[in-house]
Amino acid sequence: MQSLTDRSKIASDKKMSFLEKIYLPAIAKGMAITLKHFFKKKATISYPEQKREFSEVYRGQHVLKRDDIGRERCTACGLCAVACPAEAITMIAAERKPGEENLYREEKYAAVYEINMLRCIFCGDCEEACPKEAIFLTDRIVASQYEREPFIYGKDILLEPLDIEKRIDISKRQTESVLKFKENKRFAHNK
Amino acid sequence: MSLYKVTIDNIEVEVEAGTTILNAARKIGGKVVPPAMCYYSKLEDSGGKCRSCLVKVSQTSATDSRPMPKLVASCRTMVQDGMQVQNTTSAEVLESRKAVTEFLLLNHPLDCPVCDQAGECHLQDLSYEHGLEETNTEEERRTFEPIDIGDYIKLNMNRCILCYRCIMVADQLTDKRHHGVLGRGDHCEIGTYIQKAVDNDFSGNMIDVCPVGALTDRTFRFKSRVWYTNPFDAHRECDKCSGKTVLWLKGEDILRVTGRKDKYGELEEFICNDCRFHHKDIKDWILEGPRKIERHSVISQNHYENKSTSGDNITQ
Repeated sequence: MQSLTDRSKIASDKKMSFLEKIYLPAIAKGMAITLKHFFKKKATISYPEQKREFSEVYRGQHVLKRDDIGRERCTACGLCAVACPAEAITMIAAERKPGEENLYREEKYAAVYEINMLRCIFCGDCEEACPKEAIFLTDRIVASQYEREPFIYGKDILLEPLDIEKRIDISKRQTESVLKFKENKRFAHNK
Repeated sequence: MSLYKVTIDNIEVEVEAGTTILNAARKIGGKVVPPAMCYYSKLEDSGGKCRSCLVKVSQTSATDSRPMPKLVASCRTMVQDGMQVQNTTSAEVLESRKAVTEFLLLNHPLDCPVCDQAGECHLQDLSYEHGLEETNTEEERRTFEPIDIGDYIKLNMNRCILCYRCIMVADQLTDKRHHGVLGRGDHCEIGTYIQKAVDNDFSGNMIDVCPVGALTDRTFRFKSRVWYTNPFDAHRECDKCSGKTVLWLKGEDILRVTGRKDKYGELEEFICNDCRFHHKDIKDWILEGPRKIERHSVISQNHYENKSTSGDNITQ
């Protein structure tokens, strides 16, 4: 049969020479390679103590943003879920009641918003699809777990804290054109 | 009866005398058909308000080769023998359609992420195709609070484009009309004057004829986005209407019942409120199969045609 590649070696029972028989040169050669690696730069870091430098636009754990006065931006329009190639996002919408205007920005809000982090491929399409600048990916890493269930992140994890000090800064992720657009108070979107 | 020869975008068609340009174009079908936001073939006297169907008549008739001096509303202009019409082939028409779209959006809040109509909204389609990315106006949009007219219908006046379809439905389908257009000019608004007055048996059809999200179903309010529901043709025996509807399902739950709409978004038959609002149990209906939705629609994103319900009530 014709071989698929020319890399295959034909096995033979050729007698070994004396040098090959004592194995010492081969062992020395192997040890030299091992020794060389001691002086090479390490590829790993000791993670919790040391941290790698992340790109400003690293795509890690999502955040659901609030606006300047602390109202949730998400209006459960479902565009992130329809854009999601992994079908990781689900939500249930609810109507804002009178008196809740300081909690939710729009008439409708997401009562339940869940991302399955096992399904998520961190492509950032949800961020791109969002018309309300509500969802962003951040440079935080999704923590590992022993069970599968905790990977379904609800609003309790995704929503950023109300405290203005603890808000998650995403301004570096926004392109110049977006920042310019946001300055224009003519658009109702920016009020 | 004599047939008139009309040429629309270089396609010739023969229609009966008294046909409008819009209907002649619909006879050809495809891209030749001008968009219509207010004209509704099932409603008498509709059309002529939104101006989105404006076309250019480059030759009035076989005997009169002069063009019509201005763009005409194709839903209201009758064809003449030998008439030459330009729709998409005229740059002037496309330019004016852009302007009309901008006008229709003058007071429109563009709150599609919130609106229940999003995904099947004609204004959304129109502005997607002809809209500008930016508006030229600096004035504030006029705003209203959404109100309930009747137990089943939500009126969101912000979104209304004043097409008068809902008023014609009330006039022509029901015996008494309880709502109308109040005010004049820029102050025009749809209203009942006294709230919660619309309770006629066929009032639910107002929701289906509304080209935008001004009138929406309260029983479906914020339940789901339309593209996550699966439309199924279904029917039931009803002594008030034909009982032929589309059920919008999520799993086994009926989230919404609407009439069956043709490719121009017009109802094939009007259905009664009993079918629309009071039968949300799947056992009340005989399912016929998935509703055909055009491939370019976002609703087809759901690939509902491959899904099956329990299958018990689907007739072969």
